[in-house]
Amino acid sequence: MFNDISQTIIYISLFFSLYFEVFLLITYFEKRPLLRQESIQQDLARFPTVTVIVPCFNEETTIPKTIFSLLRLDYPKDKLDIIIVDDGSVDGTLRALHRFKNNSRVRVYSKPNGGKHTALNYGLQYVESELVGCLDADSFVEPGTLKTILKYFNDSETMAVTPAVRVYKPRTVIELIQKVEYTWGIFYRKMLHFLGAIFVTPGPFTIYRTEVFRKIGDYRHAHLTEDLELALRMQTNRLKIVNAHNAYVHTVVPKTLRSLYKQRLRWTYGFLNNSLDYKFLIFNKRYGNIGFYVLPMAIISIFSSILLLLILTSTNIARAYDGLIKFITVGPDLGFSFDWFFVHTSPSLFLTVFSVGLIVSILVLARRMTEGRFHFSLDLFYFLFLYGLIVPFWISHALFNTVFSRKTTWR
Amino acid sequence: MTMQTIDWKKYIFVLFITAAIFFTAISFSTYLSNKRVEEIRSVQEQISLDILSSEVQTALLEQFSCKDVSGTALSRELGALGEKLSFAEESRNADDPEVLTLKKTYSLLEIKDYLLMNRVREKCGTQNVFIVYFYGKDCDECRRQGLVLTKLREDYPELRVYSFDYNLDVAAIATLVSINKIENTLPALLIDENVYYDFQSIENIEEIIPQLKVWKEQKEKEKQAIEANVESAPEVNGQQEIAQ
Repeated sequence: MFNDISQTIIYISLFFSLYFEVFLLITYFEKRPLLRQESIQQDLARFPTVTVIVPCFNEETTIPKTIFSLLRLDYPKDKLDIIIVDDGSVDGTLRALHRFKNNSRVRVYSKPNGGKHTALNYGLQYVESELVGCLDADSFVEPGTLKTILKYFNDSETMAVTPAVRVYKPRTVIELIQKVEYTWGIFYRKMLHFLGAIFVTPGPFTIYRTEVFRKIGDYRHAHLTEDLELALRMQTNRLKIVNAHNAYVHTVVPKTLRSLYKQRLRWTYGFLNNSLDYKFLIFNKRYGNIGFYVLPMAIISIFSSILLLLILTSTNIARAYDGLIKFITVGPDLGFSFDWFFVHTSPSLFLTVFSVGLIVSILVLARRMTEGRFHFSLDLFYFLFLYGLIVPFWISHALFNTVFSRKTTWR
Repeated sequence: MTMQTIDWKKYIFVLFITAAIFFTAISFSTYLSNKRVEEIRSVQEQISLDILSSEVQTALLEQFSCKDVSGTALSRELGALGEKLSFAEESRNADDPEVLTLKKTYSLLEIKDYLLMNRVREKCGTQNVFIVYFYGKDCDECRRQGLVLTKLREDYPELRVYSFDYNLDVAAIATLVSINKIENTLPALLIDENVYYDFQSIENIEEIIPQLKVWKEQKEKEKQAIEANVESAPEVNGQQEIAQ
């Protein structure tokens, strides 16, 4: 009975993951000519006015670097405004901000703590420019990033442009896993760009037309994932979001498993709850691929990853128990003999191998897209073998919290 | 404002490709599984031919040569075949008619080999030791008993183990059960006309069959003899090194 159920779950999960991967790859090959076209450098027709809001809460170590990276942007000085909003930091953030007091291009505001969305909204009220962006206080832009992004605003329909987010100086295994994950993310978001289905406008340096906020309102609390909610709200209002895959932003990522867990618990909880708030998008023809591909696939993957981990754990426990019984009954098995006859050849095994093969090929394409060429490194290995084992834990935790409506915290 | 469009053709095309991948994986797996069954069948045919030839030999009692018959490695092949069969049973469906037929054939071959070996023992007075083992489904102790018997067969190649699924629908098994009055309390072992119920450890079985100890001692003696040879060998090497 358990076997039948677990086999069914395994095959359904394999079917959806293969469907997801094939869909992604076909989109890539279909849109590759467009991708090449976009990469050709073209000059900006004009320089619109831009304001970048940096909300910060206890970021004393990274905030100066973030501001310096903005000051170094290759953009006319009189067209770029920088607003720093301190959200009631209790560490040395204000002291760190003091050095920019006499810089005419940087405006620093301080307000009592109220959460990231309140800091962003606080900054928004001072914005008079045509475009507005935000930049998390733990992220750094490259000098050319802004210009690359602004080219996408040549299309008058474009309402927001997301960048390509990369991991800043990854060293630990946890950071290296995220490096591969972010590379995957760059590829995935570009494919969502082609599908018109971008569902998150990341905190690190998404640029919006200011009119977006005037039309559909400010940032919301949105279960602590305000960037996800804003993107879904934009999609609901059919405001076009595109992705600039070669506009790089570098972000500091969690260094330890514990902090990564915390962050992902918040993201997954936010995703689940915002999906519930925006469930009318799902399988709704009016909203295109986001309702038929992106959201359903993300929700299915959440459930299947939990179920697969449960099945994997229970089968391995059963196998270990069998091994123990064998050891107790007849002692250690020293002889080793190999016979092809005893190699398992179930369809699920072939399908799993094929699915992993597709994931690897997507990673190869993603790496070629971000780094120009593919090279093998250990981080790929960590990603393939460790990532899948840790993901189900925060997913289950987030699901549990969603079902029992518990609050998730930032840190 | 942009109007979102859905490329339904693409959704169907991807569905088609995914289904094709599934179909390929299932066909390939079925192909390999059938190969496996074929392998078992061909080994069975070989064994059945061997048994037939031995039977013809026994039938011609006058020409009966103890040396020829007792020297066959028949039972070991049967043992290896049993392992393959139980693997096929696990990886395919247990109710698979293909596997079920193979299992029945296998049981009959075992009985034939058992009868033949009994006659050889009577006639030639050889020291063949048999264990007839009955197992069943949903019998936890049977798993452990199976492990013990596999281990014993590895340690004593001379030992012949015949295992039967108590509930398999084969008339010959039913006859074997009724002749020896074996109850449906599994696992059950039939050794020298005595029936042992419940799990029997390696030590228990070594107690029941004294011949096993004899074989063990013989093996240890041989081992010691080999070790003695090895020990004397390095000296020769050492002398050679010095000479060089």
